[in-house]
Parts: sequence; C-alpha cells; structure tokens
Amino acid sequence: MTTRIPILRMGRTLLVTIQVDLQDQTALALQDDLANRIQDTGATGVLIDISALEIVDSFIGRMLAGISSIAKVLGATSVVVGMQPAVAITLVELGLSLHGVRTALNVERGMALLREADAALDGDADADAGDEGIDGSFGAALREAGR
Amino acid sequence: MKQNSAAVEQLLSAHRDQVLAEWQAELTASGGGRALPSEVRETGELLNTVLAGVRANGSTENFDDAPWSGVRTALAQLSASRAAQGSTAADTSRFVLALKKPLFSGLQRVFADQPALLVDALWEVSALLDNMAQYTVTAYQRSREDIIARQQQELLELSTPVVKLWDGVLAVPMIGTLDSGRTQLVMEALLQRIVETGSALAIIDITGVPTVDTLVAQHLLKTVTAIRLMGADAIISGIRPQIAQTIVHLGIDLEGITTKASLADALAVALKRAGFVVAKARTAGQGPA
Repeated sequence: MTTRIPILRMGRTLLVTIQVDLQDQTALALQDDLANRIQDTGATGVLIDISALEIVDSFIGRMLAGISSIAKVLGATSVVVGMQPAVAITLVELGLSLHGVRTALNVERGMALLREADAALDGDADADAGDEGIDGSFGAALREAGR
Repeated sequence: MKQNSAAVEQLLSAHRDQVLAEWQAELTASGGGRALPSEVRETGELLNTVLAGVRANGSTENFDDAPWSGVRTALAQLSASRAAQGSTAADTSRFVLALKKPLFSGLQRVFADQPALLVDALWEVSALLDNMAQYTVTAYQRSREDIIARQQQELLELSTPVVKLWDGVLAVPMIGTLDSGRTQLVMEALLQRIVETGSALAIIDITGVPTVDTLVAQHLLKTVTAIRLMGADAIISGIRPQIAQTIVHLGIDLEGITTKASLADALAVALKRAGFVVAKARTAGQGPA
C-alpha cells in the first residue's frame, strides 16, 4: 500500500503539500491523481508546496517537471513553492534546471503568481476571441464551456 | 634491552647534564650568541622523552612504534610552535641535529675502551637522531599546511558576504577567481539568505572577478538556476567591457539572465520591479540656504 499525497481544492486552485519524503510509487500516484483532479474540477492553477521536502533524486526532479507539463497540457498553470536551498543545489548538480516550471519562495507568493496567471489567461482568451473574429456570444459560450 | 641501547641509556642517565649543556652550547653557537629560555626548556624536555624511549626498549629502526610516542609528541609540538613563529624548516631540524655532536662525544668519552660497542652505539644514536630530524621536518610541513588551509578557508568566508541592498533585494559582491569551491559556498550562503529574508531578487556582482571563462560562466549559470528553482530571480551585474567581449567571443549563452553593467543599474531594475519610484526630494540649487 503506497501512501497518497492529499490534493486540496481551493476555488479554482488545487493545493498539494508534500510533507513526507517522496517514494517513487508515491510520486507516480500523485502525478496520476493530480491529472484526474485537474480534469474533474477544471482547476486553472496547481500549487505544489515542497518546503518540507529534504531529499530529492533525479526521478523526483523529473516528476516535478512532469507534473508541470501535464498541468499545462490540461490548461492549468502550476507553481512549485518553498524549495529548500539544499534541494535546489542538488537539482542543479543533477543537471535538472526544471525549465518551464514556475517557482515561488512561499505559498503566499505562489498564490499571487497563480492569480496573475489566471488574470492574464482570461485577458488572453478575450483578446483571442476578438482577434479571430468569433462573435461575442460564441466566444462567451466557449469560455463558459472552458470553466 | 640490546647492548647498544643499554650503552645509550647509560650515557643519558649518567651524563645527562653534560650532554644537555653541550647541546645548549651548540645551539647557542649556531643561533647567534644566546640560547632562548624556551629553547633551554625544550632541550631538557626532549632529552627526557628520548631517555624514556630508550628505556622503553624502543628500536631505532621503527620510529613509529609506541616507545617513541613521547618523542614524537614533543617533536610535533616543537615543530608546530616553530612553524607558527615563522622559523624555517632547516632551523627546526638543525635544533634536533645539534644533539648529535654532544651524544657522539659523550659516547666516545664513556666507551673509548670498547671500540665495538662504541661503533654500535654511535650507529644507534645516529639513526635515532636522523629519524627525529626527519619527523620534525614532516611535522613542520604538516603544521604549515594546516595554517595555509585555515587561511584559505578564512579567505573564502571573507570574500563572499551576502548583503541586503533593499527590502527583498540581496546582493553578493564576488571578489577573486570563481572556482567550484567558491561557487558552492556563495550559492549556499545566498540561497540560505534568500530563505531567511524571503527576498525575491538577488544581484550577483562580478566587478571583482578578474576573468570569466566558460567554467566560471557555467558556475554563474548554476547559481542563477538554483536561485530560480527556489522561486527568486537573479541579476548579474558588474560586467566590464572586456568581460562582455570575452563572453561573446566564447559563445557563452547567458540568454534568459538579466545582465547589467553596474550594480547601480541592477538596483534600479530591482526597485522598478518591486514598484518603487526613486525621485529627488528637491532639485539642485533649490536647497536650503
């Protein structure tokens, strides 16, 4: 029986707090669960708090990058917050720079980042609708369906 | 106890004072006129440990054995204090070798009528003193290396302070060549401070870095990547014209990293990002009379 990391929903954001050292199985289960939850809830933001994570290896590093990519494909912005200095140094030494993964110093700033991204996304959606000449009601319906 | 060891023991216990006096005289002659009080004390203590070693049945062929531990300790202390005072290695070993002559002449006086025993005992003493001198030089060198290592460490720590420039803005003025050890130290200190202060921006100033090659650039990139992973951002400032040319010629890719010519420029960017506006309180010439 593998431990499962709880995924909490707060509005349009999913919160994942990793409080234990991640086993490979746990990490895979998390990736799976998170993908399903994003699909189910239609979340636009995912916040992963790894401030309690002390040990990482290349697998966990790749998994963090993987979660971000999966979230992006499913239309959600993800942010990794609270990485410990030792963890950051380890990842750099492993050659994992996690390009494309947004990071923030703490949960508060991570949430602010997600709000900004959300606002920008809404703005973009409006702009796109205008550019492509989709009529107002159709654009609105699209956005509605998106949520 | 072997016969020749017994001879040395006999000499040292019966004629200790005379040997000591001759040794000190020898040191005084070579050391420019007067024996230091510390030297007098050291000679006495060292002679006692040698006698203890001989009595404990120490073989001169195995100077690393237990019977000579007292001698080794005394020599190590002596070398360390000499190294700290700045004496040369030659002076330090000469201190030990000066004991040779008094011992030789002492043995000659006591065993003049037993040539076979005299030769054996002389060989014994000679071997012992050579070992002692060699050990002294080794110990001297080791203590010098310790001093160098400590100074290197102190230099490392001195040259990498992390300073707070503004609320949420940290700066590291890098001085000296960047090697992997330095980079590691800077990275750790900087990341730790970022966590402690919750700063969102770090400025790495490389004004004091004499040259930037591909290795140094790689170290800088690593540091910036680690800072980004933590959720903060980094600016590299203090890039001198020659260094900018070197970076371009080497084809180093600093894409995605904000770089500025001076620390002032970097601070201006930092303030702008944080939403601060810097303005003069009053224009020049309108100051209070």
